[in-house]
Amino acid sequence: MPMVFRIALLLILSLPVCAAAAEPPDFAQEVLPILSAHCFACHGPDTEVREAGLRLDVRQDAIRELDSGVAAIVPGSADESELIQRLFTSDEFSQMPPPETGKSLTAQEKEILKRWVEDGAPYAEHWSFQPVQRATPPRVSGDAWSRNEIDHFVLARLQSAGMSPSPPASPQTLIRRLHLDLVGLPPSFADVQRFVSDPSDQAYERIVDELLASEHFGERWGRHWLDLARYADSNGYLGDELRPDAWRYRDWVIAAINNDMPYDEFTIEQIAGDLLEDATMSQQIATGFHSNAMKNTEAGVDKEADRVIQTVDRLSTVGAIWLGLTVGCAECHTHKFDPITHQEFYQLYAFFNNLESKKLVLGYRDGKSESPKEIEKREQQLQKLVNRIRRQEELLGPAQSALLDQFLVTLDKPTSRRTESEKEALEHWLADLQTDTNKLLTEYESLSHQRPEPVEIVAQGMQESRKQRKTHIHYRGDFRQPTQQVYPATPQFLPPLEKRQEVADRLDLARWLVQPNHPLTSRTAANHLWQHLFQEGLFRTEENLGVAGDPPTHPELLDWLASELVKNGWSRKALIKTIALSATYRQSSRMTAELQQRDPENLLLGRQFRCRLEGEIIRDLALSSAGQLNPEIGGPSIRPPMNKRLTSISRNQGWDVSKGDEKYRRGLYILFRRATPFPMLTTFDSPDSTSSCPSREFSNSPLQSLALLNDPVFFECAQQLGNLVSQPELVEGDAWIELAFHRTLSRAPSQEEMRLAQAFHADLLHSLEKSKTADLQAIVLKPVPELSLQQQAARVLFVRSLMNLDEFITRE
Amino acid sequence: MTMADLLKAEGIAQDPAPQFDADPLAAKQPHFAARAKHCIYIYLEGGPSQMDLYDPKPTLNRLDGQALPESLLKNMQFAFLQKETARIMGTPRKFAKHGECGMDFSDLLPHLATCADDLCMIRSVHSDQFNHVPAQLLMNCGSAIAGRPSMGSWLCYGLGSESRDLPAYVSLVTTGRGIPGGSASWSSGFLPSSYSGVLFGNEGETVNNIRNPAGITPHLQKSSVDFINDLNRLRTADTGDSELASRIKAYELAFRLQSSTPELTDLSGETQATLDMYGFDRKEPKINSNRGGKGLFRAFAYNCLLARRMIERGVRTVNVIHSSWDHHSRLDPELAHNCEMADQPIAALIKDLKQRGLLEDTLVIIGSEFGRTPLGENRPGYKKVTGRDHHPGAFTILMAGGGIKPGCVFGESDEIGWSVQQNPVHVHDLHATVLHLFGLDHTRLTHRVQGRDFRLTDVAGRVVQEILT
Repeated sequence: MPMVFRIALLLILSLPVCAAAAEPPDFAQEVLPILSAHCFACHGPDTEVREAGLRLDVRQDAIRELDSGVAAIVPGSADESELIQRLFTSDEFSQMPPPETGKSLTAQEKEILKRWVEDGAPYAEHWSFQPVQRATPPRVSGDAWSRNEIDHFVLARLQSAGMSPSPPASPQTLIRRLHLDLVGLPPSFADVQRFVSDPSDQAYERIVDELLASEHFGERWGRHWLDLARYADSNGYLGDELRPDAWRYRDWVIAAINNDMPYDEFTIEQIAGDLLEDATMSQQIATGFHSNAMKNTEAGVDKEADRVIQTVDRLSTVGAIWLGLTVGCAECHTHKFDPITHQEFYQLYAFFNNLESKKLVLGYRDGKSESPKEIEKREQQLQKLVNRIRRQEELLGPAQSALLDQFLVTLDKPTSRRTESEKEALEHWLADLQTDTNKLLTEYESLSHQRPEPVEIVAQGMQESRKQRKTHIHYRGDFRQPTQQVYPATPQFLPPLEKRQEVADRLDLARWLVQPNHPLTSRTAANHLWQHLFQEGLFRTEENLGVAGDPPTHPELLDWLASELVKNGWSRKALIKTIALSATYRQSSRMTAELQQRDPENLLLGRQFRCRLEGEIIRDLALSSAGQLNPEIGGPSIRPPMNKRLTSISRNQGWDVSKGDEKYRRGLYILFRRATPFPMLTTFDSPDSTSSCPSREFSNSPLQSLALLNDPVFFECAQQLGNLVSQPELVEGDAWIELAFHRTLSRAPSQEEMRLAQAFHADLLHSLEKSKTADLQAIVLKPVPELSLQQQAARVLFVRSLMNLDEFITRE
Repeated sequence: MTMADLLKAEGIAQDPAPQFDADPLAAKQPHFAARAKHCIYIYLEGGPSQMDLYDPKPTLNRLDGQALPESLLKNMQFAFLQKETARIMGTPRKFAKHGECGMDFSDLLPHLATCADDLCMIRSVHSDQFNHVPAQLLMNCGSAIAGRPSMGSWLCYGLGSESRDLPAYVSLVTTGRGIPGGSASWSSGFLPSSYSGVLFGNEGETVNNIRNPAGITPHLQKSSVDFINDLNRLRTADTGDSELASRIKAYELAFRLQSSTPELTDLSGETQATLDMYGFDRKEPKINSNRGGKGLFRAFAYNCLLARRMIERGVRTVNVIHSSWDHHSRLDPELAHNCEMADQPIAALIKDLKQRGLLEDTLVIIGSEFGRTPLGENRPGYKKVTGRDHHPGAFTILMAGGGIKPGCVFGESDEIGWSVQQNPVHVHDLHATVLHLFGLDHTRLTHRVQGRDFRLTDVAGRVVQEILT
C-alpha cells in the first residue's frame, strides 16, 4: 500500500511535470524513495550486510570505482553506469535487484533513475533532515476562497492539478465536526440551532475559542498524546499487575494540554523533568512518561534482560514521537535506510540507560481510626496465632523457622501489594504444608489485614540512578555481548548537541529536541496536530519521517505549520485554531464522482475527510446522547460493566465494576489492562499500548456492529434515551422522532428519513404486540404511565437503531 | 480515466490499485498451491514435560539424583532452578511404542498413542525464551516483543476467510488458571483488528455480545438492522463514502453471525457415540490442585468438538487453549490430571477429522511455549523437589494432517533431553513450515509498519521439508 500510494502521490504531484519528460527528476521526491525501497537494504548505511562494497546512499561512494573496475554511477552517462545497466538487463545473474529478493522496479522507476544519472546524479539531503524553511504562501489570482495562509498552499496545489476545493460543509456538519475534533463530545441541539441561525465567521471563531477553552479539550487531545506515550494501567506480561497510580501521569497530560503548556516545556518535563533544577512534583510526575514502558515481573524473570527491553522501548518511543524515526531498527545493526549507525543507537541509548523508577509520595491518607484497646487486642491474638503456627511440626528447625518469618511478612501485605514472585513462592510453600497449618496461616492473614495503616498517596516517576552504569554497544543487539563503550550523544546528521557538563544527560537531550533549528521536532509536532483535524497527516506514514517514509503531500505547508508552531511559542492551541479557521478545514467531506476519479485518497486536500470515530469517543457519544455522561475530569481509572469471562483469560482476573455514576465517565478513563484490554475498545481499534502508536487503524467489522447493538453499556444508553423521548409532552405525534435525531445526530431528519422512521416504528409496534410483558419490561427501563409498554419498547428500539447508524459513529 | 487506469497505462501498476472499501477478509490466492486450508492449534499453556510424555529418556532414570556436568550448565538461565545444587530427576512414567511407526508415548497419553500413525512428533524444537510471556509471544506471534500479529492473524491476512457467517479466526479458551499473555496469543497486533482471533469462552459462551439484550427477538433485531442499513444507504448517497458499503455489509454479517452461532453450538445433531468419543461425560477424578485444571473435563471436550464443527463451516484457524501445564511442583499428580482431561478429546478430534475426510486439509498442531528441565526444581523455599523448571533447550511438538508426514518422528534431543542432538527446529522454522503448508512463502507474507516490512518469521525461518509429505 505505501508503495502504491507513493507512486500515486508522485504521479499526481508531478502531473504537469510529466508532460515535459525532459525535466530532470527531483532527488528527494523521486529518486531517493526508489533507491531506499529497492537498493539500500544491501547497498545502504549498514556495513555488515553491504554487498560488493557498494554504498548508494552517499554520492561519493556511489560514483567510486569498485574492486570490479566499474562504477555504479558515472554521473552524466547512463551507458557507463553499472547501476543503470543492471537495472535494464534481462540477464538474471547480473540483474538488480536480484530476482530472489522479490523486488523489481517498474518501467517508470527505471526511467527516473536513468534520467537522474544522465542529469549528473545530483544528491540532496533527505527532505526532513534539512532545516525547516518558511515559504511565502503562494498567491493564486482571483482567490476568493482562502481564509488564511494554509489555504494558499492548498489552493495552489489543487489548481496546479486542475482541481478546485470542495464547498464548505453545512453549519450542522461543521459545528458537530468542531465539537468532535476539539472536545470529542457532540454539540447540544441548541448549540447547533444557534450556529445555524448565525453561521458567521465571528460565531464560528467564538465556538472554536470556547471549545479550546473547555476542559474536555485536554481529554480529547490528551488521549491522542496517550496513544503516543503507550499509556496503560498495568505492567503487561504474566501478572499484568495494575499500576494503580498511573493515572496521575494521565491527568498531568490532560492538565498540561488544557493549560496549553508550550510544546517545548511539555517535551522537557516528560523526558527529563526530574533533572530540572528544583523539579516540582508536577515536573516529576511528567516523567511517568517513561514509566509507561511494559514491565515483566514474572517470577524468575531475567531482570537485566527486561531492563534492557524497557530502555530500548523508552528510546524508541522518544525517537518515534519527536524524531519521527524508527530509531529501534538500529538496535541490532546500522539502520538500513536512515543515517543512524549501530554506535549512534547506543549513544542515544546511553541517555536512558540509568533511569530507575521513583515513588513520588504526594501525601498521606489516614487509615481507619481505632482505639488503642482494639489494637492491643488484635496484636495479642496475632501473637497467639504465630505461637501456635510455630509449634507445627513441619515448621520446626532454624531453616523452616526462617522461612516462616519470611512468609509471615508476605502474609502481612495486602494481596494487591504482593509481587508476582512473592505470590508464586507463597503459593508453593502453602501447597507443601498440612491442612491444619494452612488453616492457621489463613486465620493469621485475615486478622493481620485488619490492621489499620496510613496510606501513601503516590505517583510513579523516574530518576537517574545514583550508581551510573556504563553503556556499551551490544553486539547484534544482545546485551550479553557488550563491545565498545559509548557515551551519550546524538546522531551526526542532526544539529549538534549542547551539553551542560562533560557527559551529556537527558535534560540536554530534551533541550536539543526542542531547539528551534531542530528539523524534526516541529515537523512531527505540527503533523500530529494536523492529523487529528483531518484523518491523515501531511506525511501519511505518521510514524516515519525517515528516508523510508512517504514524502509529505504539501512540504511547504508542513514547514509553514512547523515554523508557525515555533513562532507562537510552541502553542498547540494557537496552531489548532489556525487550522480550524482555515477554509481547507471547513470543506465538505463529501466524495464526488470527480474526486473519486481524480484523487480518491484525498492527497491534494480537495475535501475534508469523513472518518469513523475512536472507540472511546463512540462510547462518549452514546452516553451523551442518552444524557448519562458523567463529565468529571481525571482521577483513578474506572471499570464499566463487562462479561467476567473476558477478564478470566488472564492471570489478573478481578474486575470490580465501578459504583454509582463512575461507570458513566468518559471512555479515556476506562482501566486499560494490557493482557486483557477492555473488549469494546479493542473492537474499535484502540492501541494495545505495547509501543508508541502514532496513528490508529480504523477498521470496520461485524463485532463492532454487535457491540453497538448488544453491549450492555450501549443498550442501557438506548434505554435511557428511549425514556427521554417518552416524556409526557412527547406522547403525541412525531416530535419524539425529531428529538431522537437531534440528540443522536445533532440534526433534524430529512423527509425521506422521517418516512422510513415512521414505517419502522409502525413495524416495531406491530411486532411488539406479540411480545410477553416480561420481555417488554426488560426492554423498557423506567416505564411512564402515558404510553403503553409496547409503545415505549418501540421507542427504545428506535433510538437504539439511530445509535447504530454509520453517521452516529462518524465525524463528517 | 481513473487513477488505476492511469497507473496501468503508464506501466507502473502491475496489480490493480487497492480497493479502499475492500473486504479485508475476502478470500485471497496463496503464493503457491496449499496443502492445508484450516488450522487447529491446540495450545497447552505453561510447558508440558516432554520427558514425561513424548520423549523417553532411560538415562534420566539411571542418573536420577546426580548433578549435571558443569559444562552443560554453563551459560544456562533458569527461572527458579538453583544451578549449583540441582539434581537430575527421573520419571516414574512408563513408555511404550505405538502404531506401525513405533512412536513412543508415556502411559499418561493412552488415547493420543492410538493416533501415532497419523501424527508427526518433533522432538527437537527449541526456543530462545525461558519466561512464559516472552516465550508465548515468540511461539504464537513470532517475536518475544509484544504487539506483533499472531500466527492465525497472519494466515487470515494472507488467505482471507472461507466462511460467510462465522469469524475467520476463533480462540476457544478453556479458562483454567488464566493465560499469562492474555489475549496477545490471538491478537492481530499491528494488523487491522479484522484479523484478530474472536474469543469464545468455556462451554456455551461464544462471540461477545452475540446475544440480543433481553426481550429483543431475532425478528425485532432483523427489522432494526434493516432500518439501520436503509438509513446508511441514504447516507451513502449524501456523502459518496464507499466505506458505508462496508458498514452495511458488517451489519448484515453481524446478523448472520447471530443466526448461525446457535446452529454451530447446537450439538443435538451429534450422535451419543461422538459425544462419548470426545469424553463429554467423563467423571473427573478428585485432585487437590491450585493450578486451575479442575472442573474443565467437559469444557475441554466441548471445545475440541466445537473446533471440528468450525472447520466444517469454513473457519480458517481455531485455537484450542488450556492453561496451565506449568508444573514447578507436584508434577506427577497434576500432569496426570491434565493428561486425563486432554488426552481423550484431542485423540477423538484427530480421529473424527480423519473419518470425515477433514484431516487431509486441516493442519493440527499440539504445542506449548517450551518444555521442562531434566533437572528437578529446587527453588528456595521448596521442601521437596517434585517438579521441573522451564526449559526452552529441547522440547516436543506434535503435528498432524494438512500435508504433514504421518507416523514420523523428527529430530532428537540428547540422552537426557537437555539440548537438541539432531535436526534442530527453531520456533521460526515451525512458523515457516506452517505458512508453507498454507501455500504462503514466509519471506513474502509481509506487512509494512514504521517503515519496515514485518513478517511472522522475523529474519529467520527454514521450511522443515523433512516432515512434509
